Formats: sequence, C-alpha cells, structure tokens
Amino acid sequence: MSDVQIITGNQAAAMAARLCNVQVVAAYPITPQSQLAEILSQYVESGSLRAEYVRVESEHSAMTVCISASTVGARVFTATSANGLLYMHEQLHWAAGSRLPIVMCVVNRGVGAPWSIFNDQQDSLSQRDTGWIQIHCRDNQEIMDSVIQAYRIAEQVYAPVMVCYDGFVLSHTMMPVHIPGANLVRSFLPPYKPHTILSPENPKNINPVLLPNPRMSAEGILCDGYMEMRYKLQKAMEDSREVIIKTSREFADAFGRDNGGMLWEYRTDDAEVILSAMGSVAAEAMAAVDQLRAEGIGAGVVGIRVFRPFPKEDVARAFRKAKAIILFEKSISYGYEGGLSSELKAAFYRTDIHAPVHDYIVGLGGRDVKARELVEAAKSSVEAIRSGTPEKHTSWLNCITE
Amino acid sequence: MKSQDKSVSAMADPAVGEAGKTGDWRDLKPVIDYGKCIPAVKNRPACYLCWLYCPEGVVKAGIRVEIDLTYCKGCGVCAEECPSKAISMVREEKGHE
Repeated sequence: MSDVQIITGNQAAAMAARLCNVQVVAAYPITPQSQLAEILSQYVESGSLRAEYVRVESEHSAMTVCISASTVGARVFTATSANGLLYMHEQLHWAAGSRLPIVMCVVNRGVGAPWSIFNDQQDSLSQRDTGWIQIHCRDNQEIMDSVIQAYRIAEQVYAPVMVCYDGFVLSHTMMPVHIPGANLVRSFLPPYKPHTILSPENPKNINPVLLPNPRMSAEGILCDGYMEMRYKLQKAMEDSREVIIKTSREFADAFGRDNGGMLWEYRTDDAEVILSAMGSVAAEAMAAVDQLRAEGIGAGVVGIRVFRPFPKEDVARAFRKAKAIILFEKSISYGYEGGLSSELKAAFYRTDIHAPVHDYIVGLGGRDVKARELVEAAKSSVEAIRSGTPEKHTSWLNCITE
Repeated sequence: MKSQDKSVSAMADPAVGEAGKTGDWRDLKPVIDYGKCIPAVKNRPACYLCWLYCPEGVVKAGIRVEIDLTYCKGCGVCAEECPSKAISMVREEKGHE
C-alpha cells in the first residue's frame, strides 16, 4: 500500500532513508546542512528509525564515520550541501576507493566565495571524478524513489551513490509524493552484504600502501598494484550503467513509477529541438517545451538523470534525431563551459549527431529560472541556427554580463 | 599459476612480510654494540626503548637485542632513542643494486 503525502524534498529523502532501514546516520548538523539531517535525528530520537545517529564536528568526519560503519557491514546514510560537500572531498575518494555502498543526499547549493545559501549544482558537479555514482532528481517523488534505488545499486556494484537534488527548489518545496509501504521496500532491497567480512578472528589490513606494481603477498597471492585497483573502480562504474537501468526497470515493475534509468525523455518522438538539463531545470524545461510546441516549434526534453557513470550510449540514442540541442546548466567549469556540454559533445564523437549544441548557464546561486526564459533562449537559438549561425559561445541566461 | 587477487578494494591479511622484503629499502643498517646495550650489560631484561620505538616491529627484545634485517628499513629511530648510544647506523655495501 502506498499513500500520498504533501512533503518537501528533504522529508522525502528522510522518509526514504528510514524505509531503507539505514543503521548508521552520520551528519554535521549545522550550516551548510539541510533539514534532512534534522528530520532523521527526530526519527532516531522517537524510535521510528532504529539507527545509530552520530553527530560529528565536520563533514569530513561525517564521511569518515560512514566509511567505518559501512566497512563493518552497516547500511549508512549522510547528507550535505555546498562547501560541506567540498570539505568531504578527500573522504569521497576514500569511500569510492574502498568500494563502499554509501548513499548520500546532496542538497545542491552554490559554493562560496562569495557565500550563498541558494541553489545551483556547482557542489556536486565539482565531485565528478571522485568515483561516486551521481543521480540528479527532477522532483520530490524522484528523490524518494532514487534513494531507495541507490542502495540497491550501490550494494550490487560496491560503489557509493550521491542522490542530488536542487536546494530550495526541491528541498524546501512541498509536492505530493507517493510513500511506498515498508514491506514493498524491504522486498525490493535485500540486506546489505559487505564485500569483505571483518571480524576479530579474521583481521585485515584495510587499504594498505599499494606499490606501483602488483606483488606477491605473504600468502602467495598476486596482489593488485595501485593501477589495477583504479581499473577495477573504473570497470565497476562502467558496468554500473546496466545495474542502474535494471534497478530502475524493476523499481517500475514493483512500485509503478519509471524514473527512466540513465535519462528520461519528454515529447522527443518527433522533436527536432531538444532541451536538456539535470535536476529541477529539466522539469521546468517540460513546461517550456509545451509552450514551444504551442508556438509551432517541435521541441522535447532529455533529462539527464545519471551524470556518473555518464550515459554515453543513452545520449547517443536520445539525441540522434536532434537538429538543435539546447542545454541549461546550473554549474560552470571555469575557463571552459558547463560540464554537461563538454560531456555530451564528447559522447557524440564519431556518431551521426552533428547538431549545434548551445549551452546556457542558468540559475546560479538561486536565481530563479522560469519556463518562459527557457522558451526565449530556445527560440533565439533556433532562430540563430536557422539563419546560418550555428556556433554560439556559452551564454549566461538572465545575467548582466556587460 | 598463483591465485589472483579477487578483492574489490585493497585488503591484506596481516602477516610478517606483508609489504615485501622491506630490508631492500635500507641504505644504513643498525649495528648494536653489546658492550653498551643495557640488557646485555646488566644481563637482565631492561630498557628496550629500541623495541618500543621501532616503527616496523623488527626489534626482538631479548637479553641480546636483535634486529631482523630482512625487514628493517634503516630509519634509525632505534639509534636516535638508545640512551646508551649502543646503536650506530652504518652505510651498507650496495651489493643488491
């Protein structure tokens, strides 16, 4: 049985973590934390979630606690934002390198300096190369669904997962969300089996120094060198695509909601103009597409749900018929362009996709992004492409640039 | 064919020589002057600061203190800590290079 409640994104994430029966929650409780950690502490205090709640003095330590608890076989959860995520950066690599199925919600916020408490995606995009799977949610329902899926994915591929959602736009905005029944979640999510069982009877050296080359252990086993371990992580991330798609499909069968796997599409069947984004902007783009279609422009949306592993094959299929590709991004790789733009163009290499890609940086530090602004941007790009100027430098939407 | 490492993250069973024969890393080797070494002089268990401070655990704390040169990396902490200056660090001939 599922019931519908009108809740914020933070409440959806907390309820999902509780439904997944997390056993350890570690969180730094103050700025830049969100209400999510507070709700979970109330669950633990009231006894509705039987978990150890560890308050730490920093996000770096929050992740360290998660790593330790996950290593000894606990299902763990944490959440952070913005500079807190950046402070965790070193331990993010450590979690991925240890191949621990930690799930963390990142409530996307702008990064200081200058200080901001509002939304953009610079924080999670800056963690691209840490070896974490990154899922971006378009609405509160998808937050609920993605946290549940994240544990199943993480515990199969032994890689940590970041479930990212836009601060304020989703974290503090109430929407109707289907709350799945506890039994349904329990049957979808088998108990966590760690890849290595640690016990006092069977002690292990965890993450010892690895030398450049493989070497024979004292027991005569040829042990991986550092590079072999890096390759195993890369292989696991590449292979996780299939697990993510399968998990999404099986979730749809069990729960009746399809999040699309690696990406989702809206009105793309006959679309020549494709708008694309991650997170809540992609949801806003659906409203823009409805308006563009009302004005006679055949537009559709491709929402990129998973940023790592990058859905290379999936975008090559989803964009194959596009005549124009228009991106809206809430982050910037300083000195080049939006991160999604670079990734997409690289994925199109040696495919038949030669459509111009127009990249718009939008909504940094919480600046509102309205559907009609996306419509105007898309129309100006379409017009420029039709009139023979397909190339366009990265533009900053609704920003004073001169 | 030796068995392959199947683990997804780096883990090892603790064992002597787990990191290989680390004695190869050494440039200077500790040499004990038993005429100064306190347990040897007093002929009873005593001092053992070398054993306590050795970061590699290669010092054997007997009446005659011994250092396992197969694994001693030659860091010199024992010589630094020895209160009777019984340990000197001596350059090794580079036979293995």
